[in-house]
Amino acid sequence: MIVNVDVNGRLRSFDVPPGAFLLDVLREAGYLSIRRGCDTTSCGICTVLLDGKPVPSCSYLAIRAEGRKVTTVEGIPEEAAKLARHFGEEGADQCGYCNPSLALAVYALKQTRPKATDEEIRLWLVGNLCRCSGYQSQLVAIKRYLEERP
Amino acid sequence: MNVVNKPLASLDGKALMMGRPAYTDDFAAPQSLVVKVLRSPHPFARIVSIETDEARAIKGVACVLTHKDFKRISFTRAGQGYPEPSPHDKFVLDEYVRYVGDEVAIVAGVDSSTAEAALAAIKVKYELLTHVLDMETAVGNPSVIHPEPEAREMFPIGFEPKKNIAAAYKMNVGDVDAVLKKCDVVVKQTYRTTAQAHVAMEPHAANARFDHQNRLVIYATTQTPVHVRRIISQALAYPIANIRVIKPRVGGGFGGKQAIAAELIVAAVAIRTGLPCRYAFTRKEVFESSYSRHPMNIEMTLGAMKDGTLKAIDCKVLSDTGAYGEHALTVFMVTGSKVLPLYNKVEAVRFAGTVVYTNHTPAGAYRGYGAIQGNFALESAVDELCAALKCDPLAFRRKNMIREGETSPIFAIMGEGTEGTAMTMETCKLPFCVDRGADLSDWAHNHPRRIVAKNRVRAVGMAIAMQGSGIPLIDMASATVKLNDDGFYNLLVGATDIGQKSDTILAQIAAEALGTTLEKIVVTSSDTDVTPFDTGAYASSTTYVSGNAVLKAATKMKETLVAEAAQVLGTTRDQVAFDGSTFVAETGRLTLKDLSNRLFYNHDQKQLSVTESFCGHKSPPPFMAGFATVEVDLETGEVDLVDYVSVVDCGTTINPKLAQGQVEGGIVQGIGMTLFEEPVYGKADGKTVNSDLLSYKIPTRLEIRKLTTEFAISYEESGPYGAKSVAEIGIDTPPAAIANAIYNAVGVRVRTLPITPEKIWRGMQIRAGKMEESK
Repeated sequence: MIVNVDVNGRLRSFDVPPGAFLLDVLREAGYLSIRRGCDTTSCGICTVLLDGKPVPSCSYLAIRAEGRKVTTVEGIPEEAAKLARHFGEEGADQCGYCNPSLALAVYALKQTRPKATDEEIRLWLVGNLCRCSGYQSQLVAIKRYLEERP
Repeated sequence: MNVVNKPLASLDGKALMMGRPAYTDDFAAPQSLVVKVLRSPHPFARIVSIETDEARAIKGVACVLTHKDFKRISFTRAGQGYPEPSPHDKFVLDEYVRYVGDEVAIVAGVDSSTAEAALAAIKVKYELLTHVLDMETAVGNPSVIHPEPEAREMFPIGFEPKKNIAAAYKMNVGDVDAVLKKCDVVVKQTYRTTAQAHVAMEPHAANARFDHQNRLVIYATTQTPVHVRRIISQALAYPIANIRVIKPRVGGGFGGKQAIAAELIVAAVAIRTGLPCRYAFTRKEVFESSYSRHPMNIEMTLGAMKDGTLKAIDCKVLSDTGAYGEHALTVFMVTGSKVLPLYNKVEAVRFAGTVVYTNHTPAGAYRGYGAIQGNFALESAVDELCAALKCDPLAFRRKNMIREGETSPIFAIMGEGTEGTAMTMETCKLPFCVDRGADLSDWAHNHPRRIVAKNRVRAVGMAIAMQGSGIPLIDMASATVKLNDDGFYNLLVGATDIGQKSDTILAQIAAEALGTTLEKIVVTSSDTDVTPFDTGAYASSTTYVSGNAVLKAATKMKETLVAEAAQVLGTTRDQVAFDGSTFVAETGRLTLKDLSNRLFYNHDQKQLSVTESFCGHKSPPPFMAGFATVEVDLETGEVDLVDYVSVVDCGTTINPKLAQGQVEGGIVQGIGMTLFEEPVYGKADGKTVNSDLLSYKIPTRLEIRKLTTEFAISYEESGPYGAKSVAEIGIDTPPAAIANAIYNAVGVRVRTLPITPEKIWRGMQIRAGKMEESK
């Protein structure tokens, strides 16, 4: 079946089987920034923004995205670069596998709650696991990014 | 120093954040077959029959492989140097399955659902065998896990498969029993550690295809590309010169990607079908079918005099390697060799033990590699001894711990499966680490405990640790520095960046030596056709071993450049000053840009390229002191980790922020192992209960409240710009430091990881006389 989705501002039509998940459809279409980390919607690595809200694409049926706006990190290159600068300064990036999804989640936080407290940041990102960093350097970098005004 | 010891941003961080294609599965060839593996539902069984006709007949199924399709060649997946210190006890596919998740059959289909259909259509008849799950009953059990005649050791490692023994070892210095008899106080306890899953965020993956020369090209999530190439060649009897292994970016390893996993399977499918194929582990496969940390039971006996002098250490280990003996001997030896020298002034020390096969998921390399298990036992026991002696734990450690300029006989006796290498501690800032950690954790105020609220106690506990910097005389790394026109360089390294950002710190070393900036160094790692040899990312080797290779190559390149410039300037090399961009002599000036363009295009044309190698003659240990501040709820036994202070001596930090990331990442993995991580098996069926990220809990952002990390000023002469390695040291202290803090808080000594609120609560009930101790 055909599903019509706005991906990063471009209208796309995908021919998908009914049970296909958004993650697989997008990766198949070449949006390689979205990656799989688990099978149980537990790690946050497959996060995309659906009409601006973070959603785990590994368990989101592609057909449910009909007529909606999907944003991958390729759609927010300037914001990702800004966050990357703070990550670089804090040494908060290691393997990088979770970083595109983290950039989307943090960008959504900035849209929703730009003055988030440490506790609000932790809660907002509790589903975005990272096994490399120990989290603290990321918290510092994320705060700097949130404080940055356009 | 201009580049080294500077907190520069990593070379690849920005592009990775922006989502550039970078990881293994991003490079699968178009139209790749999808590979899946049928895995054993039984912990121990023999395959009586396996029917594949129906699966093969499904439209779109390209191949179905069973044990009948492979020559019986025994090998080890461990991913170590050659000959390996791990027994060759694995086959690509075998008629025996030895754990839940062991490989039974390999299928490849045009897409995922076709491959799934093929898996479902395979009919296997198993003869169930009696499984062995308790490591205490493995030795001499009538159920023999490796009865096959092909299983063998490459050199003597104490391998006795008929008794379910994968490896064994013992050593002693002095007469432990006699010294213990003379001691005023003896503490003897058994400490138990559990398996731990690595949970690198990128699941294991590999893809394969044949290139324009009909060579097999494999992209893989590996820490050890050259070992992968060798093992594939060996296990599939395929010419090694026809194999190319490319390691793109890797989404975390921590030891879990040292062993071969998906690589062998895609190689087999590509060779069989001639078609490109891809295989990505599910998270369940990562949990069940890669490998985990060796669980150990460690009996630790310490003897001391009333004045607080430690006289003897006796350490007996039983280690569970699961179904295959990957890293069986070496992990277990590190439990002694990178732990016991911490207290080098003892009169006698003994270390002995056995590594047994069971029908668990195989154990293998995991950051800490035996040292974290041994550290939990030793540093818990030291605090128990201090309690018995009524001695301050800091004073005891200051009195007995190893110091700069000292050695331990253990270094010469115990190596990685072989004899060790004698060495003196040229750098050991443990006294500073202990003092500074005590300040930062407010030891004077928080030790042993203070009440912070009704039913809430705060306490601090600590532990010291050491690790290594590569395996001396075994780990070899090499690096090539190549000059390009316009005066920038390629740095080709076999060193394997798996997310620890080794490309960045190696580029910093090269830039420092060449007097240039990071932008002028283009790093490539790793591609077995392109990059020079390096044993890979393990044993805390990259900064020290690969870093030294890079330093040698860059230094020699600089000398070569000066020699070339001297010729152009018509003078001798000693008359030329080079600041990294301009050569200056009395006879004239020449920019590097002009020299390199001249060398490529104009006069006496040639390519300047330098390759150098390094193999360490010692393994200078990084040291640290870890201080855990906890708050324990007296009603529920719940623990909040308020702060974890790390003071680390890793020599010079090549990049202080990235070094901090290594330490803190290790600390948090150690915290997970201490407080909640534990793969759980059904006792009856041997199946894992929690092989997914819903039920296997790793630390999230909520548990990590505060990490305080500092580095001692330290300069290791034998390291590149004074550096030692730093990848593993961070993980070692949390189990003992947190256990000691909890004891200080509530008087409950938990000797079995993980330290759950339930264990603490039970301990408090027993102390209050409300509950009896259970066996």
